[in-house]
Amino acid sequence: MSATSTPTGTRATRALGFATLALTVWLIAFGLFVSAEDVVQGSTVRIMYVHVPSIWVAYVAFVLTAVVSAVYLSGKNRSLAWDRVAGASAEIGVLFVAISLITGSLWGRLTWGTYWVWDARLTSTAFLFITYIGYLAVRGLGGTFRQRARRSAVLALLAVLEIPLVHFSVVIWRSLHQESTVANSGTDVELDGLMLFTLFLGIVTFTMLFVWMVLHRQRGLALQDAVDAHGLDVAIEQRRQEAEVR
Amino acid sequence: MSATSTSMKRLVSVARIVMLKDLRAEINSRVLVNQVAPFSVVIMILFAFALDNDGILQRVAPGLVWLATMFSMLVVVQRSFAVETADGALDSLRVAGVDTRALFLGKSLALGVQLCALDIILVATAFFLYNVQLEPSGLLVVFVTVVLACFGLGFIGTLYGGLAAGARGRETLLPLLLLPVVAPVLIGATRATEAGFMSGGAEVSEGWPWSGLLLVFAVIFGVVGSVAFGPLIDE
Repeated sequence: MSATSTPTGTRATRALGFATLALTVWLIAFGLFVSAEDVVQGSTVRIMYVHVPSIWVAYVAFVLTAVVSAVYLSGKNRSLAWDRVAGASAEIGVLFVAISLITGSLWGRLTWGTYWVWDARLTSTAFLFITYIGYLAVRGLGGTFRQRARRSAVLALLAVLEIPLVHFSVVIWRSLHQESTVANSGTDVELDGLMLFTLFLGIVTFTMLFVWMVLHRQRGLALQDAVDAHGLDVAIEQRRQEAEVR
Repeated sequence: MSATSTSMKRLVSVARIVMLKDLRAEINSRVLVNQVAPFSVVIMILFAFALDNDGILQRVAPGLVWLATMFSMLVVVQRSFAVETADGALDSLRVAGVDTRALFLGKSLALGVQLCALDIILVATAFFLYNVQLEPSGLLVVFVTVVLACFGLGFIGTLYGGLAAGARGRETLLPLLLLPVVAPVLIGATRATEAGFMSGGAEVSEGWPWSGLLLVFAVIFGVVGSVAFGPLIDE
């Protein structure tokens, strides 16, 4: 292990990575070939095996962000590792919400004939996406690591409060205007045993992928912080030497 | 018991001082009257150009009033924290031992008062330019809605304004953080005002549940904000 190429992997993450890869192959085989077509939707129902696990992972990611943020704020030992896990988890959560929105709108186009409906669930998901983009923007504001950690931890907890409020208000907003009949027809699919199994396989695979990505990403963030801190030390040292020369 | 009531009294009196300070700064600078209010009226006029139909304007007037409020709020919140971060005034307040809860409440209330004043202008603009109906009972709903929504927005605006204050690129960050959070207020206030204006055949009485919702939002963000504001601005 040389100083120039510190890997973020360990034996454990490599094992996890290979297991995830094997499961992904299995999921592709079952999702694309083995599982049956839907009576109504045909092969388009296969989008479900990516769409549902993606939003599941996003929820897990944002819950994890909130939990580790709470741990950071409450703990006596305010380790920045909590903050980096929160950041890594939120980044990956945003990625998976995006995947979920894209696959969802493609699926919507095929089954409902439109990319987007102003359904409560879709609208809240869009807000979820924007809220955590804002969270990531706040993480990039600069300042010391402690400032970043505290600011973003408070914001992560505020988001946990805000998301249900937005969801609730969007639900009653929609319920007064129109029944979300269109949105329901896509999700009320009768799942047969093999389809349900494939869906669970997808959820397990995506969750393992998420864990693997968070482990790597938080180590990457730790290295990035170390580089930033080192750069600052070097700069201070240079100024000191300049002062001594004079 | 007496210790808590004394500290409560102290909190309220400090919050009042902070609020009056902000309002006095506003009265002296007249930014709200000379810049923000004209800006919001221009938005209302631009909406009329964009929609270009009297019937549609009358129908969507409540939503336009509240959209104009949201956009103007961004400017007012920036302003509210620009006066604090200039010359390190916020740090001075913290060093002077001002309770952050009092600071939060004071600044929120000042913001709420300014937004109320702005919304009275916007409702009047809608009345004259968009030709909306306004009965006395409808006026009462609209008035209560304006007060509740503006103080709710004041709390939310102060909370997120404090977060973005002093950061590089805060002008662009604030809308991104603030607008998703105020979406529930936009929904509630628009529906309540719709009832008040009787747009699209709505009954005036339909507005009250929405006003109740706005009250709930204002209370939630008032309580949460006074707890979260301290850690947010603590450098």
